[in-house]
Amino acid sequence: MWGRFVARRLIQLLPVLVGVSFIVFLTMHLTPGDPIEHMLGQAGRVTQQQIEELRAHYRLDRPLFVQYALFLSNAAVGDFGPSYSHQGRPVGQVVAERFPATLELTLFAFFLALVFAIPAGVFAALRPHGPVDRGATVAALLGISMPGFWLGIMLMIVFGLRLHWLPISGRIDLALVPHYVTGLHTLDAVLAGDSHAFWSALKHLALPGVAMAAPMAAMVMRMVRSSMIGVLSQDYVQFARAKGLPESIVVGKHALRNALIPTVNIVALQTGLLLSGNMIIETVFQYPGLGKLAVDGIGAADYPLVQAVVLIYAVSYVLLNLGADLLHAALDPRLRLA
Amino acid sequence: MRARARPVAQSVTEDEVLTTTAGTQPGMLRLLFGNRVAVAAGLIVLAFVAIGMLAPAIAPHDPNLQNAHAIRVPPFWHPEGGGYALGTDSLGRDLLSRMIYGARISIFLGVVVVLVTLLVGTALGMAAGYFRGWFDSVMSRVVDTLLAFPFLIFALAIMAATGPNLIALVAALAFKGWVDFYRVARGDVLAARDSDYVAAARGVGATTPHILFSEILPNIIPPLIVLATLRMATIIIAEASLSFLGIGVPPSIPAWGTMVSDGRADVASAWWIATFPGLAILILVLSVNLFGEGLRDVLDPRMRK
Repeated sequence: MWGRFVARRLIQLLPVLVGVSFIVFLTMHLTPGDPIEHMLGQAGRVTQQQIEELRAHYRLDRPLFVQYALFLSNAAVGDFGPSYSHQGRPVGQVVAERFPATLELTLFAFFLALVFAIPAGVFAALRPHGPVDRGATVAALLGISMPGFWLGIMLMIVFGLRLHWLPISGRIDLALVPHYVTGLHTLDAVLAGDSHAFWSALKHLALPGVAMAAPMAAMVMRMVRSSMIGVLSQDYVQFARAKGLPESIVVGKHALRNALIPTVNIVALQTGLLLSGNMIIETVFQYPGLGKLAVDGIGAADYPLVQAVVLIYAVSYVLLNLGADLLHAALDPRLRLA
Repeated sequence: MRARARPVAQSVTEDEVLTTTAGTQPGMLRLLFGNRVAVAAGLIVLAFVAIGMLAPAIAPHDPNLQNAHAIRVPPFWHPEGGGYALGTDSLGRDLLSRMIYGARISIFLGVVVVLVTLLVGTALGMAAGYFRGWFDSVMSRVVDTLLAFPFLIFALAIMAATGPNLIALVAALAFKGWVDFYRVARGDVLAARDSDYVAAARGVGATTPHILFSEILPNIIPPLIVLATLRMATIIIAEASLSFLGIGVPPSIPAWGTMVSDGRADVASAWWIATFPGLAILILVLSVNLFGEGLRDVLDPRMRK
């Protein structure tokens, strides 16, 4: 039954991936701007023949349908063609360089959100309407209502420019030579045993990480809280209490496990928000990741580049939700029957 | 969610009159007016709407007028401030006036996008839920695909292609937004079509349009209104985010997101340029959210958490 469930979910994925890739392809090709003109913008005088040659070289002269077929078959092997705005280097290569930076920041924000939101949600649920609950609820409401780019700038002003506690741009002190193994600066520093580099990288993650994590933390906190309140009134929790188990075990073991099951899907959904947040927060903090790459690519009308990044985001989001569904089903066997 | 009502209520309004008069009013209005936070939030939203509508009359300066002699003037309480309530930006434009005009475009876009998505989503959802069949199957494929996109990245992909213009912006924000209304409408219609009251209507010979619009629609409107209010908050933030990235509202129209972006380069020397427009977004979105949640408690007890 488990195998069939996974297989069915994987098959459902295919039309979604085709649809997503087609939309990405289509939006990028509705642009009025001519990429060839953008490429040649600074090149000075060029002949019409040179323009046609470039157009043919990048296959921009073929029908839309043929271009999509080419796009799809190439994308499947990670080949997105040359990037117009990076001296014609392969998009795959440019994207691969930036990917670890975004992965590191997103993972950092993800764990930051959970580390804050789950305990806050649990403690809020223990005493609904108590002071912790009120504080957490107001904080969550602010987190949901605050635009991420503004929160980022406020953090920058207070902790970067006024207090001088934390750096406001980049990934690591420029004076430090990062150790390159995985591309995640914090992890690489740990592997190299370089505590100086580790702290530097961590400090650079702090402000963008908090700005990116805030809305997710707010949503997850609210979900954990309401789910926990529901679970705490269940018979088995009352029973665990009645047989004299200490409250910490009742809450931490019996209740928390069940309360977290419905949270899995909202976490996956909110991680989608983190991915959207990438573009904005990386732009605010001049963080050299995929999001900033895409935003810069838009300015340069670099179709292949923006296409590749948007596709990566969309596919990650699809896979994340698939992962959440599978995890949810693993935790709650009733779902596998549906 | 009801827990929030108390602490904020005490700090926002101590208006006991509202609750006592509300005690005499029947039903839903009494519930809504009994929630002082929702009332206060609703009034703030109304104030923003009024400010936006009256912008030309109340803005102290022309929002686009550049004054080379008054660049980055600080707010009035600052020793170097003066002449401009909240200061000026790097082109010498009055921040307060630009923010007043900014309310206009934020609220206008929020309302237009929510109305478009509400109508499209509800119509498609009702059709899919009531008639099922091939239409429902095709729609569920389309919805699955759209849901696979993180909302903002989707809007960004569209805006990247078209550049900043208002029609494309509405399309980009609405393109995925209708899915939420579709899902609520479809689910509720699906449940309603097998219910006793619809069976009764069919029994006395009611036509399909009559059943859909006179029997089912009134019953599914409350949750849709709640969703529409809460979606408005999301749309306002999304629009501001796209404007911040330079691919939302065209730069010639004062918009809050654009203003924060303008102020980003000056954060070290002129903090007010980026701070105040963002504060306006926060207050409006917070109020819309609080009002929407108050509305939800009244109109749609099922969605209460």
